[in-house]
Amino acid sequence: MEKPVVYDNGLNLEATELRLGLPGTNEPEKQSSTSVRSKKRASPEMAEETRSKSSSCISDADDDAPPPKAQVVGWPPVRSYRKNSFQQRKGEAEGAGMYVKVSMDGAPYLRKIDLKVYKSYPELLNALENMFKFRIGEYSEREGYNGSDYTPAYEDKDGDWMLVGDVPWEMFISSCKRLRIMKGSE
Amino acid sequence: MDSKRKKDSPESNELTRSSPFPDEVLERVLGLVKSHKDRSSVSLVCKDWYNAERWSRTHVFIGNCYSVSPEIVARRFPNIRSVTLKGKPRFSDFNLVPLNWGADIHAWLVVFASKYPLLEELRLKRMTVTDESLEFLATTFTNFKALSLLSCDGFSTDGLAAIATHCKNMTELDIQENGIDDLGGGWLSCFPENFTSLEVLNFANLSSDVSFDALEKLVSRCRSLKFLKVNKNITLEQLQRLLECAPQLTELGTGSFHQELTTRQYAELESAFNNCKNLNTLSGLCEATPLYLPVLYPACMNLTFLNLSDAALQSGELAKLLDHCPNLQRLWVLDTVEDKGLEAVGLSCPLLEELRVFPADPYEQDVVHGVTEMGFVAVSYGCPRLHYVLYFCRQMTNAAVATIVKNCPDFTHFRLCVMNPGEPDYLTDEPMDEAFGAVVKNCTKLQRLAVSGLLTDLTFEYIGKYAKNLETLSVAFAGSSDWGMQCVLSGCSKLRKLEIRDCPFGNEALLSGLEKYESMRSLWMSACNVTMNACRRLAKQMPRLNVEVMKDEESDDSQADKVYVYRSVAGPRRDAPPFVLTL
Repeated sequence: MEKPVVYDNGLNLEATELRLGLPGTNEPEKQSSTSVRSKKRASPEMAEETRSKSSSCISDADDDAPPPKAQVVGWPPVRSYRKNSFQQRKGEAEGAGMYVKVSMDGAPYLRKIDLKVYKSYPELLNALENMFKFRIGEYSEREGYNGSDYTPAYEDKDGDWMLVGDVPWEMFISSCKRLRIMKGSE
Repeated sequence: MDSKRKKDSPESNELTRSSPFPDEVLERVLGLVKSHKDRSSVSLVCKDWYNAERWSRTHVFIGNCYSVSPEIVARRFPNIRSVTLKGKPRFSDFNLVPLNWGADIHAWLVVFASKYPLLEELRLKRMTVTDESLEFLATTFTNFKALSLLSCDGFSTDGLAAIATHCKNMTELDIQENGIDDLGGGWLSCFPENFTSLEVLNFANLSSDVSFDALEKLVSRCRSLKFLKVNKNITLEQLQRLLECAPQLTELGTGSFHQELTTRQYAELESAFNNCKNLNTLSGLCEATPLYLPVLYPACMNLTFLNLSDAALQSGELAKLLDHCPNLQRLWVLDTVEDKGLEAVGLSCPLLEELRVFPADPYEQDVVHGVTEMGFVAVSYGCPRLHYVLYFCRQMTNAAVATIVKNCPDFTHFRLCVMNPGEPDYLTDEPMDEAFGAVVKNCTKLQRLAVSGLLTDLTFEYIGKYAKNLETLSVAFAGSSDWGMQCVLSGCSKLRKLEIRDCPFGNEALLSGLEKYESMRSLWMSACNVTMNACRRLAKQMPRLNVEVMKDEESDDSQADKVYVYRSVAGPRRDAPPFVLTL
């Protein structure tokens, strides 16, 4: 990783050069690695890999965003047992299933679905449409769901009713407590 | 019986007697001195005091297991009952030290077996401990009572089984955060049925199931049990039963906190917590769902330490929980609580002294959440007693840190980790030099400092100039030249541990500290600009230092990739593996 240090007239000019790169690297890091990236929210139509743990970022990142930096050994300095326990936690949560109640205005009884089964909003909405035999409109950030009487909403951890589709998928399934298909305009 | 002290010959007694007290009185008095630093000072007063101190000492603390040999320890201190040993360099926690590096406890145990057969306590940190060693420990030391293993490796649950089987007087079994081979939970069932002395049991980081039946019976019959930390396989329902058996607990680590409970079960759990009026420490709460956190509320009144680093709480949940913890002094959380959660900390925890914020997703590149400088600032306004902080974040500013240390000038431990290496002040794009300058100027009691972000030599000039009480410094991806490190070595008179990685410090810096290293415990430098020749020069000029180098596979012959320098009275290691070169 380290290239040999070059001394010019006894001065190690490169070592004293101020730049944003890691010491020893040749090229300065691209600026975008240190500035806040613009984060486009994942709308239901877009691919859902944005939140995955894989290091290849696709979809909503800027086209000229630099590839993710190779992970440095032992950085950030987090103890291995902590890393392991968090990975395990995520893995287990996947195994356990995440059942939430789904109510539909006008329906005689509620249903339950396992959110873990779905990987994206389109999949979830599709499943809801099939379960309750209705059609949902087109999602847009500006106007919510257009083109149908039905609107999917969910109750989040704070007890507020939110429109399904606004936040990234992973954030949604970690905060969704129950679902409700609202009918008509309220 | 304690080894009896041989009396000096009568003549020398007359000549060297400086104190009017008989030895026995002096020993009795000095026996009350507990802190090992004080005892060190005591032993330097005069020969009588040195002798009285060594005979009366029952606990020895060895910060670097290679700085001394077990034989030397045993020769000086004949009456030791309790030993604390630390082994590998701290950066081994982050995979910077290869396996089989050393720090094996066995050689020590063999000496202790003959010199300290009545040994009662062993506390190890970053040591290698094999099952054979644990079995040897369990079967040799009949009076053995307390075993604490923190960040150790080399053993499996079989070793724990040996301890449980043979140690009849066990009061403490504390297995924390170790690289353990978990072969199954059967070890817990090895405690005999007539075994009742346990006071501390911590197996939170083990992953296999223990027999709940065995655990419940153990907890029931150990009436003096005070600390209980179970692993995440213990369900809420089981936890309730354990709490019914042991309402006297003062420290509790729960298992997982997300089982689906019936109303009755919920009520029973709440009632169980309600009976635990003595809890001062709470941890675990793995995968806690907000639904069940309220059962904790009745037990939180006397909490002084709340460890939520396994519970990915959101800000609202944390705020509600903290409302019930008015006496909190130490809080550990994940950054899922975000700045909003930390604002709640600032509002609800006026007595807070220690805060640690760990990253939930340390390797995610595109994370929008986590905590920022705002959360830290909010805490500093509300918690003037804050003196220990460990803070992982993705952005920070010089101005924020200046505000924080103005609000909290009593920092003794300031560990800031901006997770992107070389990250500047995100508002001004400048280096973070002024941030750490403010820390060392304002916090005169600072003992431990970890720096991060984009830093030039100026940071280290500040540290050398102002951090006069600094004992431990951790540096990564920082500095501009040798000058930085030289400032620290020459300025920080109380420096004991210096650990550096990925910095442009080279031979001149390394060699500038020649005399300094003998007054320090150790120096670690990895991925810097140090050469083998410089290390050889250091080793040659300072025979009382051990200079060890580990080379990376791809590096060229002249580079010293990982350098570990430490003072020792035991000479060079005799157990070094082939990849550790002692110069």
